[in-house]
Amino acid sequence: MHIIENGNVAAALGVLLCRVNVIAAYPITPQTPLTERLSEYVESGEMQAEYIPVESEHSALAVCIAASSAGARTFTATSANGLLYMHEQVQWAAGARLPIVMCVVNRAVGAPWNVWNDQQDSISQRDTGWIQMYCSDHQQIIDAVIKAYWLAEKVSIPIMVCYDGYILSHTYMPFDVPDQEKVDAFLSPFRPDYALNPDQPANLNTVTLPDVRMDVRGELAHGYMEIRYLLQEEMRTSLTVAAEAEKRFADIFGRGGDPYIEPYLCADAQYIAVGLGSLTYQLRVSVDVLRKEGIKVGVMGVRFYRPFPDEALAEALKGKKGVIVFEKALSYGYEGALVSDLKSALYDHLAGTGVMPMVQNIILGIGGRDIRTEDLTQALRAAAKSRVSRQPVWIGLKL
Amino acid sequence: MRDHKKLKAFELTDEKDFIEIRWHGRGGQGAITAAKIVASAAFVSGYLGVVMAPTFGTERRGAPVMTSLKISRRKIYDLSPIEKPDIIVVLDHLLLAEADVTCGLKPGGIIVLNTPKAFESYNFKDYRLATADITAISVEAGLPHGMVNAGIIGTLARATNLLGMDILIQGIEEEFRTRNPEKNSLAAKIAFERTVARG
Amino acid sequence: MGTRNYRRKTSHSEHGPGDGGRTGSWRVERPVLNTSLCIPCKRNAEACFMCWLFCPEVVISRTIPPAIDLEYCKGCGICAEECPTKAITMVDEADFTDEDKDKE
Ligand code: SF4
Ligand code: SF4
Repeated sequence: MHIIENGNVAAALGVLLCRVNVIAAYPITPQTPLTERLSEYVESGEMQAEYIPVESEHSALAVCIAASSAGARTFTATSANGLLYMHEQVQWAAGARLPIVMCVVNRAVGAPWNVWNDQQDSISQRDTGWIQMYCSDHQQIIDAVIKAYWLAEKVSIPIMVCYDGYILSHTYMPFDVPDQEKVDAFLSPFRPDYALNPDQPANLNTVTLPDVRMDVRGELAHGYMEIRYLLQEEMRTSLTVAAEAEKRFADIFGRGGDPYIEPYLCADAQYIAVGLGSLTYQLRVSVDVLRKEGIKVGVMGVRFYRPFPDEALAEALKGKKGVIVFEKALSYGYEGALVSDLKSALYDHLAGTGVMPMVQNIILGIGGRDIRTEDLTQALRAAAKSRVSRQPVWIGLKL
Repeated sequence: MRDHKKLKAFELTDEKDFIEIRWHGRGGQGAITAAKIVASAAFVSGYLGVVMAPTFGTERRGAPVMTSLKISRRKIYDLSPIEKPDIIVVLDHLLLAEADVTCGLKPGGIIVLNTPKAFESYNFKDYRLATADITAISVEAGLPHGMVNAGIIGTLARATNLLGMDILIQGIEEEFRTRNPEKNSLAAKIAFERTVARG
Repeated sequence: MGTRNYRRKTSHSEHGPGDGGRTGSWRVERPVLNTSLCIPCKRNAEACFMCWLFCPEVVISRTIPPAIDLEYCKGCGICAEECPTKAITMVDEADFTDEDKDKE
């Protein structure tokens, strides 16, 4: 059924449909309406879940870690400084291999205080061992939440479903809410390999030595390094599992596409704009304008940021004249994180082949600075003419 | 009898496949709810592209707020704020003095205004105007003082002919199903009748 | 003209009316002072001034009687809430005529 609602409601409905057992969250703008909606579902009995109010984001994820360890399907959500405050537990959840799903409603981080959208919050959590998915509209938000549970539970890795604060979280648009029966067919109840069990007590994630050891049963157990290696290995294989998730989803719900990237007019394009989230949809409008001017441009949204779909990206971008990476975050002291990752992927796959595109980085929309479509068009037009700068180019700056 | 002539209906063409409506109200006045009702009615009427975005940021009771509504036959990919609206809806005439409500309004664009003042007392050179005293009409319809967000939809419908009044009334009753649905739809109906428009 | 030569590198705001814009237009209710209940007015001495201390917009003066700058008073009602003698009441803005408003 199609409804018109905001992005936070799309996420909440996804959580409802996934029959999540435990929700713990601390309100923070622009995530607040999402958690409010979930608490209403629980309060009214529409959702059979435990809603655990907590005093901080750190505790919210701690509760999810505990509940997930006990075999519950868990959910939390946050933004900006809330995510940063959670950071220690974020790392923990990944190391503990718990399939928690968390919505990150992207917002600028302080200081100075700012409640508006950019993506510095989730990008700064890139190296924590969580899978990161980025959404461009409300349909992708609700679908991503559903896919995320299937994928997270399959690979035992937590997932952040990231969507732009305000631009998506508070904007209303139509989207399809899938039927409960179909979601049930797609996603069966969570059956963890191991869940805390009072009949068979165990100590989880205690001090783990640098080297391997014999456990009480006489089996050779991992050292810290093996555990961390497996996280990396399974992060990489989760790319394949994500493709499986996408296919299953498409079979049941009749929509979906490339699991990693979302190309628009890329096949014959000479220049491709690349980005994360709603920005890549706005860029489609610029692409349409430039196509009318005869400039062969396309745009590609990156749906998975971690694990990084390096091969898919390199394949899609090989032989292009230029790639222009638009980012709402950066690694201070260098450039946008996505452009660095992308250049690394291009180098890995295309070095020496003679089909390596020129790469340009554009930083914009920081702290909610308006992103005017005209400015996007202008930036793309200029970048398609010639590489403007080796440094990231900031647009919309009023310095 | 005042001039009740309808303004020319809006039509979407290949060139112009967007209608952009900017709503001006005050925090707490319900501009978002009104825009949402119109958004839903547009979607039900077959417009696949409907995007409604409130002012982002802190919501403060009484402070001037804006809401953007874009309507299109096709999916809308551009979520950026409206810069050149076709229509502006003003829920409180005092906002005219306080905010630059006509900013970017296209020449020939429509201003839908809730005001107790006479239509003739306004003079917007390049724009078409539609007015009604929604505040009084809403009280007449039995609503508490200051509830104007359903009534203004009647005036918008009259002024633009963009969407069918029946679909809008349905939308109002659905949205306000727990808060005086009949009184709200009555306010919209009276406003529709009493709207003064010219252009 | 951009902000390149602004004297600071960080966000910085100083107390004073107007840093949040013309907040007077936000008011739904207006604080009205009854001097016969106000402590400094009654004693004709510097006293109390809780309203002055608490007003988040810094628009109440530390004078006898305390004066409220309606240009920037946002109508939050904190002064009325904090006043120990209930000397300030919040009155619906609709009760003031447009003329009153124009005078602001
Ligand atoms: S209501 Fe009182 S406390 Fe609030 S801004 Fe006005 S004067 Fe200050
Ligand atoms: S708080 Fe009340 S009593 Fe004290 S100075 Fe202000 S108005 Fe007067």
